[in-house]
Amino acid sequence: MSSATTPPDSDPTGRRQVHSMLKLYYGMNEEGKVESLDPCDINGPHFDPEVYLNKLRKECSLGELMDHESCTVKQIRSLDSDMQTLVYENYNKFISATDTIRKMKNDFKKMEDEMDCLSANMAAITEFSAHISGTLQDQHAQITKLSGVHTLLRKLQFLFELPARLNKCLELQAYAQAVSAHRRARCVLQQYSHMPSFRGIQDDCHVIMEQLAQQLRQKFRDGGSSAKDLSECVELLLQLDEPAEELCDKFLSHAQSRLEADLQGLEAELIDSLVTDTGGGLVQKTNPGSNPVSPSSSSTTNPFLSPTAGTDILEFIDRGCNEFVSNLCLVIASYQELFINHPQEGELASKKIPEMANGKLHVFVDTLAARYFSLVERRIQEEKGVGDNSLLVRALDRFHRRLQAISKLLPGSAVPSQGTEIVVRAARERIKQYLSALQTFYHDSLTDVRQALAAPRLSVGGASASGGGATSKDATPSLPELLTSLSNFILNQLKSVLASVHLFTAKDITFSNKPYFKGEFCSQGVREGLVVSFIKFICQSSRQYCESAGDRGGSTPPALLLLLSRLCLDYETSTISYILTLTDEQFLVQHHTPVTPVTALCAEAREAAQKLLNHYVKVQGLIISQMLRKSVETRDWVNTIEPRNVRAVMKRVVEDTTSIDVQVGLLYEEGVRKAHSSDSSKRTFSVYSSSRQQIRYAPILIHTFTCAALLVSVLTGIIKISLKTFLECVRLRTFGRYGLQQIQVDCHYLQMYLWRFVSDENLVHFLLDEIVGSAAHRCLDPSPMEQSVIEVICERG
Amino acid sequence: MKMDDDAPVIYGLEFQARALTAQTAETDAIRFLVGTQSLKFDNQIHIIDFDDENNMINKSVLLHDAGEIWHISGSPADKAVLTTCYSKTSENRVLTCAAVWRMPPEWESGSHESPDDSSNNPQTLELLCHLDNTAHGSVACVLWEPLGDGKRVISLAENHVLLWDLQESSTKATISSTATLEGKGQLKFTAGKWSPHHNSTQLVTANDTAIRGWDLRSMSQIYCIENAHGQLVRDLDFNPNKQYYLASCGDDCKVKFWDVRHINEPVKCLEEHSHWVWSVRYNHSHDQLLLTGSSDSRVILSNMVSISSEPFGHLVDDDDLSDNEENQQEDKGKEPLQDSIIATYEEHEDSVYAVEWSAADPWLFASLSYDGRLVINRVPRALKYRILL
Repeated sequence: MSSATTPPDSDPTGRRQVHSMLKLYYGMNEEGKVESLDPCDINGPHFDPEVYLNKLRKECSLGELMDHESCTVKQIRSLDSDMQTLVYENYNKFISATDTIRKMKNDFKKMEDEMDCLSANMAAITEFSAHISGTLQDQHAQITKLSGVHTLLRKLQFLFELPARLNKCLELQAYAQAVSAHRRARCVLQQYSHMPSFRGIQDDCHVIMEQLAQQLRQKFRDGGSSAKDLSECVELLLQLDEPAEELCDKFLSHAQSRLEADLQGLEAELIDSLVTDTGGGLVQKTNPGSNPVSPSSSSTTNPFLSPTAGTDILEFIDRGCNEFVSNLCLVIASYQELFINHPQEGELASKKIPEMANGKLHVFVDTLAARYFSLVERRIQEEKGVGDNSLLVRALDRFHRRLQAISKLLPGSAVPSQGTEIVVRAARERIKQYLSALQTFYHDSLTDVRQALAAPRLSVGGASASGGGATSKDATPSLPELLTSLSNFILNQLKSVLASVHLFTAKDITFSNKPYFKGEFCSQGVREGLVVSFIKFICQSSRQYCESAGDRGGSTPPALLLLLSRLCLDYETSTISYILTLTDEQFLVQHHTPVTPVTALCAEAREAAQKLLNHYVKVQGLIISQMLRKSVETRDWVNTIEPRNVRAVMKRVVEDTTSIDVQVGLLYEEGVRKAHSSDSSKRTFSVYSSSRQQIRYAPILIHTFTCAALLVSVLTGIIKISLKTFLECVRLRTFGRYGLQQIQVDCHYLQMYLWRFVSDENLVHFLLDEIVGSAAHRCLDPSPMEQSVIEVICERG
Repeated sequence: MKMDDDAPVIYGLEFQARALTAQTAETDAIRFLVGTQSLKFDNQIHIIDFDDENNMINKSVLLHDAGEIWHISGSPADKAVLTTCYSKTSENRVLTCAAVWRMPPEWESGSHESPDDSSNNPQTLELLCHLDNTAHGSVACVLWEPLGDGKRVISLAENHVLLWDLQESSTKATISSTATLEGKGQLKFTAGKWSPHHNSTQLVTANDTAIRGWDLRSMSQIYCIENAHGQLVRDLDFNPNKQYYLASCGDDCKVKFWDVRHINEPVKCLEEHSHWVWSVRYNHSHDQLLLTGSSDSRVILSNMVSISSEPFGHLVDDDDLSDNEENQQEDKGKEPLQDSIIATYEEHEDSVYAVEWSAADPWLFASLSYDGRLVINRVPRALKYRILL
């Protein structure tokens, strides 16, 4: 009750102070609240009235003390009233609280009694329950045992019934059921196999399952069943612990036998076509399987076609595609379905079947494809006729296209790339064939030309004599006509070949965008392998004409040499660059590898032309020389009679020279001859003056074609060769008086007619002088003939 | 003088000439024999001595009054003995005969004293014997047994091969065996060569375009190259070191090399001349060197390394190795020689009918043209050293 003694300090803070003081009283000291230790704090716990009063007294004035005293009294009064109020209020609350506590005391008593009753009851229940359990224990155990026996019996029954059931399943062909049933029983049977009865069942089951497996295998082997059946079959077999590898093998071998049949069909066709080819029969094979031939293939029965009377290559490939390749695809697909993509469960998964199966599949596909490819290649190789390339290209295209399916099915397989290689090889082979076809064509055309030349041999001479009669020209083609027709033939043939080869690179062909066909095929294959090789071949074969003819007595007609030389020259000037430009444009050749430049080819053609022309000079010179040589060698010049005529040989020489002149003039423009002195034909020979004259026999080689004097130089060469031969032959003989005179006459005759053919008539003069001079030297009785007599004889002809 | 070593030496005869031979038995002096062709004057044999030191020519002239000389050939055993083929006109008939001659012993001494007089008063050849051919027709050439003792000769007369034995110091000639070429037409031998190989038992002849080999023991043909040349075959020569190799030349301007074991194709073919090739000669020691003469008035010296017996150059002896180290080094630097033309000689102005290597100096040769010009040339020194070293 210290609070009553301590006067409240101020009103506004009164309630809190009261509160805290209550707390203080009840010992509920507020933590944290720093108690003021000031003894002057009237509300503080350490208030010391003495100190407070002393302090007030010391500090305050009287008035202030008075004020303070009144204030303090006032506060004390208010505190007292507050106290009274509080006490009053709290009294009531105490009363009610006491009441409540008393009531509670009574209630608890009652509850305690009830609880006692409950526990007693529970005890009774427990007791009962224990009693009941005790009595039911035996029966329960019995029931459990019984139910166990029951299930066991059920199982046993299942087992005993199993064989019958399996049999039934087998009868009903409910293989799946049978397998699942057997699977369930298998372990048990395995476990109790030491007991004879179970062993019996197991054996029975084994037999049945064996039978079943047998049936399944049979079914699998028959293969006639649908893919779904097959897959079920395989699945079941797998579950029956059939080794997967064996299954794969079986599946594949089964598929193989079917595909083999396809291949054999193809092979038979191949042989058939061979037989019909060789027999030239008209057996048009009807193709049962392959109806989806594109409409364009109606042209396969084109009569214009190469004479493969059997199935053509397109049909063959079609058949191959439709039968073999599509079957192969089916096999691959179903195989993958069965063995590779099939979700594997449990123990099967651990066997790595997909890997093994995949490996097997690859081997399988590779071997079969290899056989197929070899067949296809054989067939392609038989495709030798170069008449229509489109068929082959289309066939190859189809072949290639169909193989893409395999690449989709079997991503890692080498088969499609091998197929592409076959196509590339075929294309290469084709180019070679075309080249050889062109070559034979060229040879054939040359043979034709040769025949044409052989026939009008007379007409050329006749034309030269009559100045070219129109009738003779109509009857047989002249040299220029032959030349144009020959070069046109060749060019057209080359163009058509190019067009044929061009099919390989057509946009709609699947393999045309392969790098080979874009690059190498165009540049190395077509340009180099075909066009350049052909041009080179022309040049080379022309050169061969020069070589072989020289040794074997000139089997080539000289006119042909001339014609060829002009042909080569034309090639050099225009044709080669035209052909190559055409090729480059058509094939858009991008030269990654170095190719033969046009200039090199031109140089080669030019060289060939030169060689041919030189050879022509030689051959013609030789022909005339031989005549002269024989005429000199076979005559007895010592005992000859006085000359009355020009010898026939000399006339023949002049005639031949004239016809050569005409012949060359037909193909080469005439050059400019030196102006001739008007009396050149009347020039006289001096028998002795020329004896020491120096004459050098220079080789005749025609070096330039641009020179307009080409014709003249050709003729000059021929005449030079002939006269030189004449000279050498004369030097080997001994002459009598009339022998010398005959030579004089002959030389004069030659002089009269030959000067016009040469560029420099002095050359003819020199050589003829030398001949007469040599004859005079080798004459036992050199008394020359009068010039006037010679002239008379010569003019008489 | 040394500067001009490679320059040709030219000697002119007054008469036209076709026949040239080296004096085979003479191995010390460089000596050639030339036979002239003249219908009006007495024919001569010019003995051309070449003085290698002074680069000069000494000549002696012997009279050959039997007729114009078409072929001349020296005995391999006796340098004074030689044969000629000469044409003789009698009763308006020209026949080419053959005879064995001996040079008079004094020609050598007389010539040196007054070379100019020799033409005025030439000595005459001494006739040893005729190779009587009246039964067989004109003789194309006479061949001595190579490396023989000078007792056996072959003459080719028309289509007959006649093998003669010379007896009693070559004063008597008897036919020991004959062979005749039978066939269509008028067959006539144009050239022949007695092979130095196989113990001198083989002969090769040319008629028209064919080359034939003969076995002299059985006198029968052993091979025949038909159409060896496109035209007439003019001359033949055996490779002195390779027994089956043979060179031929002819009117087709070609020189061909044959391996007689494979006669279908020539081993090699040269076509350098622009007119008939009249003469072909292998060098006696270095068979890669080949000389050809042609009526385009050129002489060509070729180096046929690839088909020679020394395809990789001369084998260097051990002595040479030790002697000269530098040379050896040079050898290594050299590339193997290619077949090539070494030189074309254009000193002649008329057809060259004969070329011949010297018997004494393997680096020297002579060529004769119809106008009587004899030219003596040497193998270029650079090549000579290249072959030797």
